[in-house]
Amino acid sequence: MHSKFNFFLYFRGIDKTTQTMKILVCISHVPDTTSKINFTNDNTGFDTTGVQFVINPNDEFGLTRAMWFKERQNATVDVVNVGGPETEPTLRKALAIGADAAIRVNTPATDGFAVAQELTKIAKEGDYDLIIAGRESIDYNGGMVPGIIASNLKASFVNNCIQLDIEGDNATAVREIDGGKETLNTTLPLVIGGQKGLVEESDLKIPNMRGIMMARKKPLTVLEPNENQDFTTSISFEKPEPKGAIKLVDAENIDELINLLHNEAKVI
Amino acid sequence: MSVLVYIESENGTFKKSALEVASYGRCVANSLNTSLCALVFNSKDNATLGAYGVNKVLNVESTHPFTAEAHSNALKQAVDKEQSTVVILSNSANSKYLAPLLASDLKAGYVPNVVEAPSSTSPFVVKRSVFSNKAFCNTEISTPIKIIGISNNAFGLVEQVVDITTEAFELENISSKIRVEGVDKATDKVSIADADIVVSAGRGLKGPENWGMIEELADVLGAATACSKPVSDLGWRPHSEHVGQTGKPVATNLYIAIGISGAIQHLAGVNSSKTKVVINTDPEAPFFKAADYGIVGDAFEVVPKLIEKLRAFKTQNA
Ligand SMILES: Cc1cc2nc3c(=O)[nH]c(=O)nc-3n(C[C@H](O)[C@H](O)[C@H](O)COP(=O)(O)OP(=O)(O)OC[C@H]3O[C@@H](n4cnc5c(N)ncnc54)[C@H](O)[C@@H]3O)c2cc1C
Ligand SMILES: Nc1ncnc2c1ncn2[C@@H]1O[C@H](COP(=O)(O)O)[C@@H](O)[C@H]1O
Repeated sequence: MHSKFNFFLYFRGIDKTTQTMKILVCISHVPDTTSKINFTNDNTGFDTTGVQFVINPNDEFGLTRAMWFKERQNATVDVVNVGGPETEPTLRKALAIGADAAIRVNTPATDGFAVAQELTKIAKEGDYDLIIAGRESIDYNGGMVPGIIASNLKASFVNNCIQLDIEGDNATAVREIDGGKETLNTTLPLVIGGQKGLVEESDLKIPNMRGIMMARKKPLTVLEPNENQDFTTSISFEKPEPKGAIKLVDAENIDELINLLHNEAKVI
Repeated sequence: MSVLVYIESENGTFKKSALEVASYGRCVANSLNTSLCALVFNSKDNATLGAYGVNKVLNVESTHPFTAEAHSNALKQAVDKEQSTVVILSNSANSKYLAPLLASDLKAGYVPNVVEAPSSTSPFVVKRSVFSNKAFCNTEISTPIKIIGISNNAFGLVEQVVDITTEAFELENISSKIRVEGVDKATDKVSIADADIVVSAGRGLKGPENWGMIEELADVLGAATACSKPVSDLGWRPHSEHVGQTGKPVATNLYIAIGISGAIQHLAGVNSSKTKVVINTDPEAPFFKAADYGIVGDAFEVVPKLIEKLRAFKTQNA
């Protein structure tokens, strides 16, 4: 199996001399982090009233890293979202930040597996070398889409990716692990689940006027979905129980705090 | 039929989260009236797993470093061998890395961040946290094989002693497209993911030079240290300490927030901790609405006193 894989890469390698790296950035359209979360229809649906939607923060880091590859290594960058027409402003924002073209797969994103199937198809047909997704969407916190895409494509996969460099067909990535980090080496095609660290916070791009004007002329292609088998269903939502009142302890009476933590909360 | 759990260890001992995974697995096995198997790498101490309800250990002896592809592949082989219908993992970085690969391989529905035992096994419904702990969602998994990732500290440890057998598990073809070049990990520190107590500080500390007392407090408590986002953005502390909605999630027994205002994005990531303590000069700081215990006061006065008193308490209770 190993030799077959290398054989495959060998041919890709020849291809690469005449081709630039093709990047696909998967963009999840999520409620702004300050949103109050409420539900409708007897707690079966998410109430979008008054909610601002943004590019998923993890994808924003990935998109900015993609821009770096575009500027320094001549990559092309497409962005994709699986969602209804309401997600188009989010895709336009990604175009304004600098992506070359956008794709929207016209179906509501209800299940991570189904979304990943749609994205796999886009990734295959576009023959992308690098697929950048986020470690998780901050709405449903599924954390599964990039891994499923990678497995479907039989591509390499790095999750919790906080650093990524690419030289020809070779990729060096750093992944965050519990209590530290790990440096990994692999080959393209590669899928990452990215997060903060991929670029510095201060490098995040805010669309400027020129970017916004140019974005209007860039292609945003709408495709109809194909496979659509949901493996999971969100049945109903609940909000956490309201919290009991806080117990305030006087700054001069630290013993009382220790007593409460030891005898009441039993955590020390 | 069986339930399969993925058991992670650290330096040869099982992680607490792994024993929680076993406890949860036992509970599901009881509901389904079936046995509980565990896939373990290089285990020396299987008896402990028997105390948390594991009937059978499949032990893999391997010198390879962790790669998600190889471990997902091993789980798939275990599922095939044991005819498992439910696979349970933790919320660790490694579990979250391999779970989607396994889900794709097994064509199985995967639900992470699960906080309770299944409310029903037919249909199979679990409760998971969503919107970064701002809500919960009851989710049905409709595939024949189900994969569940459980949140730290939500289900807890439940002992149930059963007879346990161990089998050496030979894997076919452990390979991976990823090569691990190096691991950079502090071995003398508790990680945020595995800690029972996290001591966290924010911009209220004024500058990186003031973190000595935070580390000292963490040291006394055997805690991990964490920080708010601006603190890591300013370079006062490493990014790996940033907790909250866009940083690491925290679900510990005790979370102590010092000089942290309690912005919605911060709280979203730490709210599922069992007990929260806030120390802040401003009684209007939003964290006071989210915490269990609070001290309105100056960190530079309160923290040194707290360290001193805790030291005395520890000596007394040693
Ligand atoms: C998209 C997005 C995502 C974000 N994600 C996160 C996230 O994941 N995690 C996160 O933490 N933030 C996040 N934030 C930032 C968040 O909105 C807040 O800005 C941040 O949490 C504030 O950090 P802080 O509490 O340390 O600082 P501040 O808000 O400046 O608060 C400092 C606090 O210290 C107190 N203080 C001052 N002096 C003392 C003293 N001597 N003793 C005791 N207390 C003192 C003050 O009263 C104040 O309450 C995010 C923001 C955005 C827009
Ligand atoms: N509907 C979607 N459209 C495009 N990309 C998505 C969508 N949902 C998730 N993703 C990508 O997958 C990552 C992880 O999402 P999730 O598995 O839903 O937590 C996100 O950060 C995105 O990069």
